[in-house]
Amino acid sequence: MRYLPLTDTDRSEMLAVIGASSVDELFADVPAEARLAGPIAGLPPHASEMAVERHMAALAAKNLSAGVAPFFLGAGAYRHHIPASVDHLIQRGEFLTAYTPYQPEIAQGTLQVLFEFQTQVARLFGTDVANASMYDGSTACWEAILMAGRVTKRGKTVIAGGLHPHYLATVRTMARFTGDVLDTRLPVLSPEPDDAELIAAIDGETACVVVQYPDILGRIPDLAAIAKAAHAKGALLVAVVTEPVALGLIEAPGNLGADIVVGEGQSLGVGLNFGGPYLGLFGCREKFLRQMPGRLCGQTLDADGRRGFVLTLSTREQHIRREKATSNICTNSGLCALAFTIHMTLLGGEGLTRLARLNHARAQSMVSRLTQIPGVTCLNEAWFNEATLILPGDAREAVHALAERGILGGVSLGRLYPDAPELHRGLLVTATETTTDEDIEALAEGLAAVFAGEPA
Amino acid sequence: MNALNPSGWRPQSGEGGGAAAGPTASGDRGLALEEPLIFELNCEGKTGVDLDEADMAPLPALARFLRKAPPALPGLTEPETVRHYTRLSRQNYAIDLGPFPLGSCTMKHNPRLNEKIARLPGFADIHPLQSQSTVRGAYEVIDQLAQWLIALTGMHGVAMTPKAGAHGELCGLLCIRAALDARGDPRPVVLVPESAHGTNPATAAFAGFKVESIPATAEGRVDLAALNARLGPDVAGVMITNPNTCGLFEPEMKAIADAVHAAGGYVYCDGANFNAIVGKVRPGDLGIDAMHINLHKTFSTPHGGGGPGAGPVVLSEALSPYGPLPFVARGADGFVHLIEEEDAGAMGHSQSFGRMAAFHGQMGMFTRALTYILSHGADGLRQVAEDAVLNANYVLRSLEDVLDAPYAASGPCMHEALFSDTGLPDGFSTLDIAKGLIDEGFHPMTVYFPLVVHGAMLIEPTETESKLGLDRLIASLRSLAERAGAEDVSLKSAPHFAPRRRLDETLAARRPVLTWQGHVQPPGAPVPSEIGGG
Amino acid sequence: MSRYYTKDHEWIEIAGDTGTVGITDYAQAQLGDITFVELPSSGQQVTRGSSVSVVDSVKAASDVYTPVSGTVADANHALTDAPELVNTDAEVGGWLFRVTLSDPAELDGLMDRAAYDLYVEGL
Repeated sequence: MRYLPLTDTDRSEMLAVIGASSVDELFADVPAEARLAGPIAGLPPHASEMAVERHMAALAAKNLSAGVAPFFLGAGAYRHHIPASVDHLIQRGEFLTAYTPYQPEIAQGTLQVLFEFQTQVARLFGTDVANASMYDGSTACWEAILMAGRVTKRGKTVIAGGLHPHYLATVRTMARFTGDVLDTRLPVLSPEPDDAELIAAIDGETACVVVQYPDILGRIPDLAAIAKAAHAKGALLVAVVTEPVALGLIEAPGNLGADIVVGEGQSLGVGLNFGGPYLGLFGCREKFLRQMPGRLCGQTLDADGRRGFVLTLSTREQHIRREKATSNICTNSGLCALAFTIHMTLLGGEGLTRLARLNHARAQSMVSRLTQIPGVTCLNEAWFNEATLILPGDAREAVHALAERGILGGVSLGRLYPDAPELHRGLLVTATETTTDEDIEALAEGLAAVFAGEPA
Repeated sequence: MNALNPSGWRPQSGEGGGAAAGPTASGDRGLALEEPLIFELNCEGKTGVDLDEADMAPLPALARFLRKAPPALPGLTEPETVRHYTRLSRQNYAIDLGPFPLGSCTMKHNPRLNEKIARLPGFADIHPLQSQSTVRGAYEVIDQLAQWLIALTGMHGVAMTPKAGAHGELCGLLCIRAALDARGDPRPVVLVPESAHGTNPATAAFAGFKVESIPATAEGRVDLAALNARLGPDVAGVMITNPNTCGLFEPEMKAIADAVHAAGGYVYCDGANFNAIVGKVRPGDLGIDAMHINLHKTFSTPHGGGGPGAGPVVLSEALSPYGPLPFVARGADGFVHLIEEEDAGAMGHSQSFGRMAAFHGQMGMFTRALTYILSHGADGLRQVAEDAVLNANYVLRSLEDVLDAPYAASGPCMHEALFSDTGLPDGFSTLDIAKGLIDEGFHPMTVYFPLVVHGAMLIEPTETESKLGLDRLIASLRSLAERAGAEDVSLKSAPHFAPRRRLDETLAARRPVLTWQGHVQPPGAPVPSEIGGG
Repeated sequence: MSRYYTKDHEWIEIAGDTGTVGITDYAQAQLGDITFVELPSSGQQVTRGSSVSVVDSVKAASDVYTPVSGTVADANHALTDAPELVNTDAEVGGWLFRVTLSDPAELDGLMDRAAYDLYVEGL
C-alpha cells in the first residue's frame, strides 16, 4: 500500500516494544461483538494510482465543464479567470499541508497571509475589520444575523426579497431552531428593488435588515437609504455580496452605511468547484469586534521584539468559551482565503477596477444582443455582470433545451423559486471576462432556436 | 603547468576563528527569509493580470452606484507575487516537512493524486446550478462517496452537505431537534462529557439546547453511572466522542446508547477520531444515531492552514428522515439525481429540517476523499486504523517512563497517546515541552486538551509516519523530558531556532491590530524588512 | 466591616447603599494577563450569584458573579482601554462595577478578609 510506510518487520518490532502479541490486542477495549473480523464485505480492495485515476476521470468526463461550453451561470457562483500562479502557490506543501496556525512561531506564513486577507477584505468591503473567513457566503449571512442579535439584543430580522434563496433557506433553517423572527419576502419582477417597502418593514424590534448587493436578480439596492432608515430605528444593516468583483465598480457597502458586510469570496481565486469549498467573507465595524464569529489574526511582537502574527481574541471561540462562544465554527476556509489573497494581490485595486469594468462591459454586450431576440426583454434598470431576462416562455425549459445543445445558458428563476410561478419566465444570465462574443452569439442563436421549436 | 589558478578561486572551509555572525543588512539570514506585508511593498500602479480595456462605459443607470475611488488594494506583478508568497510559505511547518502529531487532528499525508483529480475540469470547472443532465458524473461522485461512508459506518443514511466537523455536529443536532419536534417532545438538554471538543457544547448551544456536563471516570471514560443518573424526559441526547479525546475507546458505548435510547434520547457521536477504527468497527453497531466524519482528518483532504473541511453526517434509520436538503439519490432511470426542496416530498423526505448552506456541499473535498478511499480500498482502510493505533501505542510505550501517561496502566490506547505535566519539575510546563519540540524540528502535539488532564499533551502520529520518523520524534521527546527534568532553563525560552520566538499574545489581545494600519511607502523609502525586523 | 469576599474570588466594598465589586488579587494572579473586561450597563438589574461581567485573559474567559442583588449604578470604564489595571491594582483601581443594593442582608453570608485568606490558603 503506497501510503503506508510501516513494513511487517517494523510492525513486529513495534509490537515487541509495546508488549503485545498482535495488533488486535491493541483493540482490546472494543467489545468483541463490535470488532469486524476482516475487511468489510462487498467493498473493493485497494487500487493503483493509475486505476483510481481512470475511474475518477471517467466520472469527470460525464460532466459538461464550463470551459468547453458557452457558459452564462451565476446566482452566487461565478466563473472568472484564475491566474496560473494562484493554483501553483496554494499547492505549495507548506500552505496546503499545514494545520490551523495554533503554534505561531512556525506558522507565520499562514498567519501573515490571514492578516493580508483580513486587510484586503476590510478594504474591499469598506469595513473596519474582517475575520479570517467562514465556510461560505450563506453561513456567513446567518452568522451576521446572529451577531446583529447579540449587538442589538433584538430578535427580529427583516430580509430583502433579493437575498439568494439558498441563503434565505439557510437562515430559515437556523431561525427555526433559535426562535429568531424573520420578516421575509419573495423578489418581485420590477426594474429596481422595492427599497421603500423594505424600509417600511423596519421597526423598533428589528435587529437587522439583510440586503443582497447586487441582489439575486442583478439589481442594485440603494444601501445608503436603507442604512439610514435602519439606523433611525436602532437596527443594523447587513449587506450580502455574492459577487465581490462588483465592488471594483460599485461603492463598498461599508462606505454606504452597512454595519456588517458578508459575502461569498469564491469569485476570486477559488473557482466553481460545483458549489464548494467556497469562502465566507465577514467584515464589520470595529466596535462589534468582540461579537464577531470565527478566527481573527492579529499583529504582535515576539520575545526579540520582531513583528509577528497570532490568532487572537480567542475567548470568543468554541475551544475556550464552549457553550458561550459567539459561534461553533472551528475549521474555516483557510486555503480558499489564501487563493483569494493571491488573486487579489495580482489584481490590486486598479486591476480589480479594470476587471469589474470589463465584466460590466461584457454583460452589456450580452444583454444588448439577447434582447434583440423577439420576445426577450431585460428586467433590470441597472446591473453589474448579471441581469434578469424575461423570456416568452418558461425559462427552466429553455435552460434544459439549451443544455441539450451544449450551451450552459444561465440560471432559471424556476430552479431557484420552484413554488413561485410568477417568476418562471425569468432567466438569470451572467457574463464575465471569460465570456466571448462567440459565446454570446451561441446563446442568442440557441435561445432563438429553442423558441422556434427547432430540434437540438 | 600552464596556468596557476588565474581566477584566484580556492575553495575554503570556514575561517575567522568561529566568531558569531552579527545581524545582516537585509534582515534575512541565509535561507531564513524575512518578508514584509504586501502593503509595504512598492505596489503603485502594478498588476499581475493583463486585462483588456472595457470597450463600453458603465450604464448610465449605474452612475449613482459607482465607487468614488478604487479600493486601496496593493497590486504586484507575477514574479513579485510568486516570490512574496513562496517566501512566506517557508515560515510554515507542514506535514510535507515532518510529523505533525496533533492529537485529535489526524494530520496524515495528503496524497497528491487527490489534488490532481480534484482539479480535473469535469469536477473543478462545473457550476452547482447546471442542468442535471450536464453534471451526472458529479452526482455520481457524491453518491459513491455516500455509499462508502454508509458501508464503513454501518449506518442507514448520510447527509453530505455539512461543510466542516462543527457544521456536521450542527446537522446531527438539528436532526435530533427535528425528530423530537416531530413527536411533540421538545427536550431542552444535551449532555456532553467534560473531555469533549469545544465545538460540542458550542454546537449544542447554537442549536438551542442547554448544555450539561457529565464527568469522566478515573480511567478517562464516560461515567456511565453519572450518565444514567442524569438521563430523563428532559434530555434530548448525548454527544460522545469515540474513541474519546483521551485516546481511549469507550467500551460501554453500546450500554450508553441503550440507556439513552431507553430514556427517549438520541446519541450523537463526534467522529473526529474515526481514523482509529475505520474498517475495524462500524459505529452503527454501537447504537449511534448520528456521527460526523471529518473528511479532512480520516480521509486526508488537506487542512490548508485551517480549512476548508467537510463534515458529512451518517444517520440512523430513526434520524435519516430529518436530514438536510439537498441530497442525491439514484432514480428509477438509473441516474443519480439531486433532490432539492421541490422534490423532497416525492422522495419521502418531507420532514427534512431544511438547508444548511448554499448549493450541495464540499465537492472539492468529495473528489479528494473518494480518491483516497478508492486508493486504500476496504483492506487498506482497515490497515490505516491498525497502523494508526500501532504507531500511537509505540509512542505511548516508548515515552511512558519519562512522561506521565495517566491512562497507560489501564491498557492500550487507540490512535493517540495522552501524557500530562505531572512529574515535570516546578517551573516547567507542557508549553515548554511543546516549544522545545519546535526547536527539534517537529510540530508540537496538541497541548492543554483534553481539559480533564492537567497540562495535557496529546500525540497522534497517524499511520503515515514511518518507524524511523517515530523513532526520531520519540528521541526528541525523551531528550526534552530529560532536559526539563534537569531544569534546563533554555527550554523555558524555546523556540530559539524558529522564524519567530514566543509571541506576545497578551499584547495582541489587549490592543487588537487586525488590519494593516500603515500607509504605502513612497518609492525610495527604507527597505520594508526593516519595519518588521525590529 | 465594609469589605467582603466570596468563594468565587470577588470582593465588594460597601459605602452607604452602594457596593463596589472587583476580583481579588489572588484571582488576577491565577488568571494571568487580563486582556479585556466586559462591563455591565448602568441600570441593569442583577441578582446575587448571576454573571454580570466577564474577565478575559489570553486563554480563558471568566464570569464575574455579583455578590449582591440590586441595580448596576456604574462600571469602571477605565478598564476598556486599560484592562491591565485588574492585574496591577485588582482590589482598588481595578474595580469592575457598582451595585445599589436591594437587600443588604445578603452581605451576611460573605467572608471577611481573614476568612478569605484562610479559604485561599486551603485551595
